[in-house]
Amino acid sequence: MLYLSVIVVIPLAAVLVKAFSSGLGTLWSSIDNTLTVRALAITLGASLIVAAIGAVMGTLVAWVLVRDSFPGKRFINSLIDLPFALPTVVAGLTLIALYGPNSPVGIHLAYTRGAVIVALLFVTLPFVARSVQPVLLELDQEVEEAAASLGASNATTFRRVILPALRPAIFSGAALAFARSVGEFGSLALIAGKVQIASIVIYADIESGSEQAAAALSVVLMVISLLVLFLIRRFGARVDR
Amino acid sequence: MIVSRRATLSLRFVALLYLTLLLLAPLVIVFWRTFQYGFDAAWAFMTTPAAVSAFWLSILIAVIAVPLNTIFGVGAAMVLARSKVRGRGILDALIDLPFIVSPVIAGLALLLVYGQGGWFGNAFLNNGIRIIYAVPGMVIATVFVSLPFVVREVTPVLREVGDEQEQAAATLGASSWQTFWRVTLPTIRWGVAYGVVLTTARALGEIGAVLVVSSNVAGSTLTLPLLLYQRDDQVGSQVTTSVYALATELAVISVAVLVLMTMFGSRRDKAQ
Repeated sequence: MLYLSVIVVIPLAAVLVKAFSSGLGTLWSSIDNTLTVRALAITLGASLIVAAIGAVMGTLVAWVLVRDSFPGKRFINSLIDLPFALPTVVAGLTLIALYGPNSPVGIHLAYTRGAVIVALLFVTLPFVARSVQPVLLELDQEVEEAAASLGASNATTFRRVILPALRPAIFSGAALAFARSVGEFGSLALIAGKVQIASIVIYADIESGSEQAAAALSVVLMVISLLVLFLIRRFGARVDR
Repeated sequence: MIVSRRATLSLRFVALLYLTLLLLAPLVIVFWRTFQYGFDAAWAFMTTPAAVSAFWLSILIAVIAVPLNTIFGVGAAMVLARSKVRGRGILDALIDLPFIVSPVIAGLALLLVYGQGGWFGNAFLNNGIRIIYAVPGMVIATVFVSLPFVVREVTPVLREVGDEQEQAAATLGASSWQTFWRVTLPTIRWGVAYGVVLTTARALGEIGAVLVVSSNVAGSTLTLPLLLYQRDDQVGSQVTTSVYALATELAVISVAVLVLMTMFGSRRDKAQ
């Protein structure tokens, strides 16, 4: 408990105190300016898109890994964890290498919002896939057979039988991906360029010595994250990571 | 549900294409860019004094942070899964904080407490201990961001196995210390191992939190990811071989980590 306090709790409390140190008025004015509002809008927008794409693609990947079988499946299965193992700054760099100025495939995404979204999709890839996978494994296939024998089409079975069972897991995974995206820094540091992402604005504020502004934006981000955490506990399936 | 052959194949195709475009292709390009002027050129960039010292600093930080978080993690998991002390719920919620707080905010938080003019910063500085913009701060930042992994991996395992064996050991006269070493630890070891690997990966790869509390001086307070970031900054958007060489070095380390993850992960699943 002492360890946790010294390393996590007291420092985070210091951010709160700093944000409110010169009164609510100053806190509000450092949030309510065009740059900050814009950064928040871009960050939240990108995170929402990432959570949505991640939910669909993560579920699809989990489905293929559980229900399909093909040579190399085990390799692909361990590949899913790559974004957890790879340093995020390398993740950012790899995307510059492929989609940047010297792109071998002729796609120039780097330093745009598109690049931000691709980078976030990369780092959050495991969340949905890994949260849906175990649920899908344990799903009783007999229920699906029953639905089919009662005349349900595949689409109906998926929508009425499978999806409801997966929904909490998809929700938790997507919410975690969203929370991670809101705060992500490492993979974006190299490729965001002029796109003003919240965490990068905070870093720039710290570098230029305006700690109060940095703390103010930090508080907003923390409130969003706590809200997401609360939603996961309330509506999602319990995931371990 | 019987999915037609065509649907199965197209789903498989979409999934593999997505993973290839997102994960594999970029990684392959980095390797290719690293070695396009030959192995020697890349190796030269990996063995410059700055790169070597960054490598050892990364290792040093991981060597301090990982054992600390492992001991804390196993202890906290025991509290969460076994004891009924009050405040357990609060502990449970607080442990997740490092996962949901942006690393940059973690850096800022440490700066405000341990930096010059911070809550405790002056007390340390007056005694000649520099924490922020020095290695101790980078260690604390790393501990911060990688804190929850072991707890989150071990707690479910402890809950799953239950405490019957531990009670049996206690009835047979084992002290609680003996019970822990002989009964509890062997049952949770693969869970611990998996958590340790995740912690190590994060410790070696962290940039956001460490960047804020590092003084960014090559040779003293630059870890591998920080050196990469700095080199990239200097050359602007024209990313050069030197940056890719560092990326490859980090990628090789993380592939090793990935292999360990896969191994420990499957052992852990079998043990359960």
